[in-house]
Amino acid sequence: MSTKGKVKGIISNLVTVEVDGPVAQNEIAYIELGSQKLMAEVLKVIGDKAFVQVFESTRGLKVGNNVEFMGHMLEVTLGPGLLSRNYDGLQNDLDKLTGVFLQRGEYNYPLDTEKLWDFKPIAKAGDKVEAGLWLGEVDENHQPHKIMVPFKLEGTFTVKSIVPEGEHKILDVIAVLLDSEGKEIEVTMVQKWPVKKAITVHTEKPRPFKLLETGVRTIDTANPIVEGGTGFIPGPFGTGKTVLQHAISKQAEADIVIIAACGERANEVVEIFVEFPELEDPHTGRKLMERTIIIANTSNMPVASREASVYTAMTISEYYRAMGLRVLMMADSTSRWAQALREMSNRMEELPGQDAFPMDLSAIIATFYSRAGYVYLKNGQTGSITFIGTVSPAGGNLKEPVTEGTKKAARCFYALEQARADRKRYPAVNPIDSYSKYIEYPEFEEYISKRISPDWTSKVNDMKTILQRGKEVQEQINILGDDGVPVDYHVTFWKSEVIDFVILQQDAFDKVDSVTPIERQEYMLNMVMDICRTDFEFNNFVDVMDYFKRIINVCKQMNYSVFHSDDFEKYVGELNVILEERKI
Amino acid sequence: MATKAFQKIYTKIIQINKATCSLNAIGVGNDELATVNGKLAQVVKIMGDEVTLQVFEGTEGIPTNAEVIFLGKAPSLKVSDQLAGRFFNSFGDPIDGGPEVEGEEREIGGPSVNPVRREQPSELIATGIAGIDLNNTLVSGQKIPFFADPDQPYNQVMANVALRAKTDKIILGGMGLTNDDYLYFKNVFNNAGVLDRIVSFVNTTENPPVERLLIPEMALTAAEYFAVDKNEKVLVLLTDMTSYADALAIVSNRMDQIPSKDSMPGSLYSDLAKIYEKAVQFPAGGSITIIAVTTLSGGDITHAIPDNTGYITEGQLFLRRDSDVGKVIVDPFRSLSRLKQLVIGIKTREDHPQVMNAAVRLFADAANAKTKLENGFDLTDYDERTLAFAKDYSTKLLAIDVNIDTTNMLDVTWGLLHKHFKPAEVNIKQELVDKYWK
Repeated sequence: MSTKGKVKGIISNLVTVEVDGPVAQNEIAYIELGSQKLMAEVLKVIGDKAFVQVFESTRGLKVGNNVEFMGHMLEVTLGPGLLSRNYDGLQNDLDKLTGVFLQRGEYNYPLDTEKLWDFKPIAKAGDKVEAGLWLGEVDENHQPHKIMVPFKLEGTFTVKSIVPEGEHKILDVIAVLLDSEGKEIEVTMVQKWPVKKAITVHTEKPRPFKLLETGVRTIDTANPIVEGGTGFIPGPFGTGKTVLQHAISKQAEADIVIIAACGERANEVVEIFVEFPELEDPHTGRKLMERTIIIANTSNMPVASREASVYTAMTISEYYRAMGLRVLMMADSTSRWAQALREMSNRMEELPGQDAFPMDLSAIIATFYSRAGYVYLKNGQTGSITFIGTVSPAGGNLKEPVTEGTKKAARCFYALEQARADRKRYPAVNPIDSYSKYIEYPEFEEYISKRISPDWTSKVNDMKTILQRGKEVQEQINILGDDGVPVDYHVTFWKSEVIDFVILQQDAFDKVDSVTPIERQEYMLNMVMDICRTDFEFNNFVDVMDYFKRIINVCKQMNYSVFHSDDFEKYVGELNVILEERKI
Repeated sequence: MATKAFQKIYTKIIQINKATCSLNAIGVGNDELATVNGKLAQVVKIMGDEVTLQVFEGTEGIPTNAEVIFLGKAPSLKVSDQLAGRFFNSFGDPIDGGPEVEGEEREIGGPSVNPVRREQPSELIATGIAGIDLNNTLVSGQKIPFFADPDQPYNQVMANVALRAKTDKIILGGMGLTNDDYLYFKNVFNNAGVLDRIVSFVNTTENPPVERLLIPEMALTAAEYFAVDKNEKVLVLLTDMTSYADALAIVSNRMDQIPSKDSMPGSLYSDLAKIYEKAVQFPAGGSITIIAVTTLSGGDITHAIPDNTGYITEGQLFLRRDSDVGKVIVDPFRSLSRLKQLVIGIKTREDHPQVMNAAVRLFADAANAKTKLENGFDLTDYDERTLAFAKDYSTKLLAIDVNIDTTNMLDVTWGLLHKHFKPAEVNIKQELVDKYWK
């Protein structure tokens, strides 16, 4: 018998329910409202009163309405067929909802139960298995989708039987396991998992070290993120957060991309819906949508399911990581999620922390970020979740609780800057304030020396030094005037401008420039650093500016040309001629 | 509000404060409307049998024995074609002396559009104002506010935009409008002979502030009727959203909620998003475009209201007085239309993106030259020319009194570039220069 209850009080979407039996924290309940049932989650229990947050509008709800508790927490359904789908925060398939408007209380099954999948067994009868180990696989959009021993099973099991290769529906029994007492457990291709609990079917979580190529130079070259790494992008509105995030999700060298559009503009999600089925994955040539799952909970959709949406996305990411895949998860924006927490905490009359956010905000953020990572699976394979979240700081002020809480948790920081955006220097990532902690990892250093070259990190550090020096010189020039400083100062400043224009700035809307493979980034960095190390002869500062503007122009043309094409080589030639003019 | 027979009348109010009153009642639904001595109120909290009502007009003069009647419905609007040409108050009651509107009764603040059912906006909205059409092109289904100081003529610009845009219906949502501005809109629409395609919901400064919380949803419910049921292109004007947010703050304060930044409620982002996200392009052809006004205090855009708005809307338009030419212009630096990429050079002439960027870049050079001048540095010949260009550009294109079509705007820009610069100085693709330089 499940626990039942009756509505006792309503404040917006916080509903008090008097219950007749046991309830668990975070348990899911359905509240009857006419013919509809509204999904809700338990947030607090006092005596026989459970406080639940309803994931929908509570308009028309009355005292005395019936409530039924489900005996489980908010769960997602995991199985083949998740890829290419557009879900809401509660994993309802948006494409299956028929009307133009989202109707309250409309829920559906997130997977296709009729589709036949070509199942290939991996395990065989007699094998000893445990949670997360692979029993078989199906082909999902050209990727091996592993059918695993359900994560909920504890202990060791023996495979009693497994179906031979053949076509099966997701709910067909594909294997029977025996537990230590000889009890039979039937396994299908589908399993459920509560979103707030991390899936930990791995043996070890080492420090991540493998470069995750994004094709964005200001990330890969200057502040690289790694497979299984975490990063965040704070920035005031209009600085290009979403464009940068879209660029990363389009280009990154990941097997699976999961995008949680959390409390942001609906038209931005529409852009993904329109573009991703058309655009090609630069690494495989297949359509981007084939490797993508979108969790859309836009700003006008129910606030309470914003929180659910990021957890849903993370749980699906963990599911794919357990198959040994490289998952990239993006959440835009985690500030909206934090605001949803704030609204609820306020309604529950909790004592507020800074800016009225809940006291445990930074702990919640840290726990969430810690679910990302690079792991060794039980069968020795590896998998990863790289997580990048955006933050929308109120008033562009980075000293607010969400930014500060995230800064403690994420290892890469890509600070979008208003001043850079105003000057149309995109991506507007401030090269000096931003950082990647991974650059300091010896594991990363070792990896990158082999992947690119042994002196790569020192070159990158030299580049940053020049940028820093350029900034200092620029400030002096601003105070003392163009002719108030030695000509050398102008040279230093313009060398830093070459780095800015050629390496850091990148045209996200140009077919060639938008994606730069790491080999090409190496070539460009070497070329630019050679220019920076060269001494030039100048008599006055006007010549410096004109000369370096010509260099920048030629280098930019190279960025717009296909690598090593005739055009590209032509510009290399032009550049060398220009450099010869004033080289000492 | 007429009352129906056999309705239960409650007469024992147990608590009254500035905005709300509470009583014991049963069988009441959340968000339901009620009247308290004839004043309209809405259920905001239910705890057991204690119901808290927010009285829109305020609770002045409400006695503990006031008659409370529950109406059994949430705020709603009767929609039909009869709405066209009419003026209503926050409750959807006519204020123009005309008859009640007959039609289907719809609850306001209805559900949101399924994101997978949205179309990508792709239709340009021409306003004739070059500061908008040329530099910050609007697209149907977009939501964009004017960020303006209270002394700027944003209502006039908005009225112009509304009249020139080729839309089927214009819905005006006026919140905290001064009576003068209300009459201004009424006259402008009347004189232009377009009253029959305009619907207005108006709350003036003479009305209680809390009432204006209903205005945007009233306006958008009417907009959805025309856009969804009639497949029409609807333009919604909301002025001034700062008054709306201030009313939200009043209510949240009186309900003892903990304020967040700038004394605004913590839910401000969601409250504003719920309104702005009603802007949509429907697959069947109808659309809702929202142009709003957010007045700033001393031009401060980091204040919670413009800040949250900026995160929600698809760009913003800034008005500024250009003292060099003595005209109000649409500021090309701080204004932005995020959706312009979907139409410029596609629905307009091919040279649009490049010409637009070149002119703004040269305008920026002029701003640098001006700073140099102010700091007492010498100007180069190029600096002098950019300054001359900036004056022409402001007068002939950026000023809000300009009214020409987009192709004409492009030709005028080419003319100015030719007048002040050499082709090599404008950084435009050579093939376009060859074709249009004149």
